[in-house]
Amino acid sequence: MKRLHLERLANPQLLALVAVLLINWALFPNFFRISWQDGRLFGSAIDVINRGAPVAILAIGMTGVIATKGVDLSVGAIMAVCGAVAATMVVAGYPTPIAVVAALLVGLTCGLWNGFLVAVLDIQPIVATLVLMVAGRGIAQLITEGSIVTFNDPALIFIGTGSFLGFPMAAVIALVLMILVTLLVRRTAIGLFIQAIGVNRSAASLAGIHSRMLLMLVYALSGFCAAIAGIVVAADIRGADANNSGLWLELDAILAVVIGGTSLLGGKFSIPLAVVGALIIQAMNTGILVSGFRPEFNLIVKAGMIILILMLQSPLVGNAAGFFKRDTRRAAPK
Amino acid sequence: MKRSLRPLAATAVIFIIAYALSVMQFPGMLSTRVLGNFLTDNAFLGIAAVGMTFVIISGGIDLSVGAVIGFTGVLVAVLISWLGFHPLAAFAIALGVAAIFGAAMGAAIHYLQVPSFIVTLAGMFLARGGASVITQDSVPINHDFYSAISDLIIRLPGGGRLSFIGLLMVAIFLLGALLAHRTRFGSYVYALGGNPVSASLMGVPVARTTVQIYTLSSVLAALAGIVFSLYTSAGYPLAAVGVELDAISAVVIGGTLLTGGYGFVLGTFVGVMLLGLVQTYIIFDGTLSSWWTKIVIGILLFLFIVLQRIIFAASASGEESPEKA
Repeated sequence: MKRLHLERLANPQLLALVAVLLINWALFPNFFRISWQDGRLFGSAIDVINRGAPVAILAIGMTGVIATKGVDLSVGAIMAVCGAVAATMVVAGYPTPIAVVAALLVGLTCGLWNGFLVAVLDIQPIVATLVLMVAGRGIAQLITEGSIVTFNDPALIFIGTGSFLGFPMAAVIALVLMILVTLLVRRTAIGLFIQAIGVNRSAASLAGIHSRMLLMLVYALSGFCAAIAGIVVAADIRGADANNSGLWLELDAILAVVIGGTSLLGGKFSIPLAVVGALIIQAMNTGILVSGFRPEFNLIVKAGMIILILMLQSPLVGNAAGFFKRDTRRAAPK
Repeated sequence: MKRSLRPLAATAVIFIIAYALSVMQFPGMLSTRVLGNFLTDNAFLGIAAVGMTFVIISGGIDLSVGAVIGFTGVLVAVLISWLGFHPLAAFAIALGVAAIFGAAMGAAIHYLQVPSFIVTLAGMFLARGGASVITQDSVPINHDFYSAISDLIIRLPGGGRLSFIGLLMVAIFLLGALLAHRTRFGSYVYALGGNPVSASLMGVPVARTTVQIYTLSSVLAALAGIVFSLYTSAGYPLAAVGVELDAISAVVIGGTLLTGGYGFVLGTFVGVMLLGLVQTYIIFDGTLSSWWTKIVIGILLFLFIVLQRIIFAASASGEESPEKA
């Protein structure tokens, strides 16, 4: 048991995170300086956790979707819709809890819609979620009537900028969500079923797994996570921006999941490592900013990272590594 | 009527009905002026969508299209306005860069055996980031060549104008249709999309064809970027954000199956025109806001996906379903 834990701690994702953080530290010596002000922690490292939280929350939901060999392109748009719902309801005078619950339900509904298209109508996930990706931002603008709805509700703002035991609220939410979802998939059979669907959906169905219901569940969870992320982002900027909220975050979330070692071909997934992936992305973003590089390099660094991961995951490298490791499982005959 | 032509016919009929309904409400929409503007305003989208059609027929997807348009615009603008190149030389350089870029993506997709979705996502970040690194600002292009091209118009009776870029789009569509339906490359693309394993067993050069498909898509995206720079007389790194989604929508609405192996280049033309119609209608109406465009396109996309399902479910009775699970 103990040895297993040590091996887990030495996984490439955590090593990469440590490496990126150390590079940041080398470029910007104050990177790890953390101060205590007004009852909360401040510092670049805390900032990484705080800024990385929305993508981490999205990645938690996305992991399940990708593990079933799918992908959810609509999470950014769902964020915009849910942020718009929460903001307009608070502005219209509804109590904060009702506005938040309504936004979460809207996210859940969006996820169920995606799940319906994928599981019941059997539409390819990329296409099915493309519908909401295109229409969602329009719906969000419809809700906010094209303007940025700003609000001053202290309870809602607390979700985005508050702190719990000194840690930023967004990060606490992400952590709690991660633990809950991880327990859900690892302490029940759901995780195994999700993997089974990802490896071979028809075989899983023949083996008696309710693949439709599980797919619905997975997409609903993704929509729900997107709703949480949307509320957090709206609360953080104290306004709902239908145009820019969550823009391209779906791609960051997918990247985080892939960095976390979840196979795009389905069947292998890890939620905590996807969260680590989100932190790696954010650590690099923050690193580029604090070290004085122009923020435009962010995109290029991300692209470089995707290419690197692709090369590492590709069968070509897998075959080459097979000489060193006695793991010939992936060395498929060709 | 051949079963395989049904989705194309459905798109065409829906376009005609939608157009007729719009004309009944706003008779002005029938003018040659509106028709000419349809072509001019959607030229860059149409050209990019031709490349996207090939990619989707082959069973892939290209998310880098919008970023390549933005990058090409910036590159061309910088070459002309800052470095004093002749526009034609700048165009040649931009098309060459795009060809290398697309070939690299195609090679990565084939040799690393990763989904095209992820490879072109990296391509999107790379092209968009590259454009932003070159410049953050909009670079205006003031060159005699540009004004000469914008003066190249054919006047139609009724005040309509066929612009050079509108006609260029039509030409690209015709060439694309020939390439898809009348050449060996075209059959290879369909074969790949149908089933890559059988295609390679039947002797389709999978590696070469994959590289060619993504090269074609990137080159056409670069051409779309050039057209966009002619249209706006400027290059801007954030230009054409999200155009890949419009292009994918146009391809799907045009009756091409996203699972690959089936589709029409000319269907994409109708798809682009349908998207243009939605936009024009919203402008004519005046009370509808621009966000309705996105919602209507989303609804259209959904309807066409379901339509394809129904048509193929109907035609699959008695024969093998063309879709993969």
